[in-house]
Amino acid sequence: MMHTAFAFITGPGLLWAGLLFGIIFGMLLHRGGVTDYHVIVNQFLFRDFTVLKVMLTAIVVGGVGIFILHGHQLANFHIKSATMLAVVLGALLFGIGMVIYGYCPGTGIAAIGTGKLDALAGFFGMIAGAGAYAVSYDWIAANILPVADLGKKRLPQLFGGPEWVWYAGLALMALVVFTLVNRFHRHPIGCCTQG
Amino acid sequence: MISPTSLSPIKTHRWNPYLVGALIGVLSILTFSLADKPIGISTGIAQAAGACAVPVMGAEGVAANTYWAKKAVPAWDYGSLFVVGSFLGALISSLMSRSFKVETVPTVWRDRFGPSVAKRLTAAFLGGVVIIFGARLADGCTSGHGISGSLQLAVSSWTFFLVMFASGIATAFVIFRRRRA
Repeated sequence: MMHTAFAFITGPGLLWAGLLFGIIFGMLLHRGGVTDYHVIVNQFLFRDFTVLKVMLTAIVVGGVGIFILHGHQLANFHIKSATMLAVVLGALLFGIGMVIYGYCPGTGIAAIGTGKLDALAGFFGMIAGAGAYAVSYDWIAANILPVADLGKKRLPQLFGGPEWVWYAGLALMALVVFTLVNRFHRHPIGCCTQG
Repeated sequence: MISPTSLSPIKTHRWNPYLVGALIGVLSILTFSLADKPIGISTGIAQAAGACAVPVMGAEGVAANTYWAKKAVPAWDYGSLFVVGSFLGALISSLMSRSFKVETVPTVWRDRFGPSVAKRLTAAFLGGVVIIFGARLADGCTSGHGISGSLQLAVSSWTFFLVMFASGIATAFVIFRRRRA
C-alpha cells in the first residue's frame, strides 16, 4: 500500500483514532435510527426505508469523495477479494441472521449502548459464531474460499466502462430509489408500529 | 413520537436519514484519508471472540488457530477499538437525547411471537451466531462490505449487498408476514 500524504495517523495514534471514529459512527447509527430493531426489520418488509436511505447516501458521498482523493494519490482503495462462493453463501446467512437478530453487527453493538438487551444476547451469539468460524477456518480456506475467486476486483475492472460513468450511474440509481420510495411510501419519520 | 422540528439537534432523537448517510460518507472519507482504514465492524468482533476463546482453548490454542493468528488477531488495535467506540457513541448519543431505554422484546417481535423474554433472547443469540458466521465467510458485514466496500465499487461488496438484501427480504416475509385469515 502506498503511503498517502494526509494519512498522518499511524502507530499508537491509530488506537485513539479507532476509538474516536467508532464513537462518531455509533452516534450516527443511533441518530439515524438504525439501532432500532423495527427500522431494520421493517426495511426488509418494505415498511420503512431508513436503512436504504442511510446506506445509499453514505455510498454516494463517501464513494465520490474517496474516488477523487484516490485520483490525487490521497487515499488507497481497500478492496476485499471477490471469493464468489463464500461471499454469496455468507450473504445468504447474513440476511437470515439479520432478520432474526434484528440488527447487523455494527447496529447491534450500537443498540447495546442504547439499552437493548436482545442486542446484547445477539452479541454473545456473535462471539460464539465468530469462534465457530475461526475453528472451521482451515477447512473453509481450503474448500470454499478458492471456489470462483475473482480476486480484489472493482466493478469497472470486471465490466469495463469509464470510472465517472459508474459513479454517475451510482448517484442516479440512488436518486431513482429515493424518488420511488418517497412517492410510494409516505410514513412519518419515527413511525415504527406495525401496519 | 418525536417531532422533527422540536428541540436542538443534540436532543432530537432522530435525524434526517440522508443527513446521517452523508455524514457516514464524510466519516469514511476521513478514515480512508487520515488513517488509511475503511469502516468495518465484524473483524473486531472476531478479534473479541479470540480473546474470549483464551480461557476455553488456552492462549496457545488461540495462537495456533490460523484465523486468529493471521486474520483477526485478538488485540487492542484500530479495528477492535472502533467496535468499542461504536458502543460508546450510541450510549452517549442515546443518553444525550434521553432515548436510552432498557428493552428486551421489540414490539414487532412481540406482535408476532409473543412477550416471552426467553424466546426473544434465544432467537437473538442464534441470529447473532448466523449473522457473524455469514459476515466472516463473506469477509465483511453491512459496514465493511455494505458501506466501505460498495463505495469503492468492489465486486465482492455489491454481490454481498444484493444477495444479503434478497435473503433478508425472503426471511422477513417468511417469518413476519401473517397470513390474511
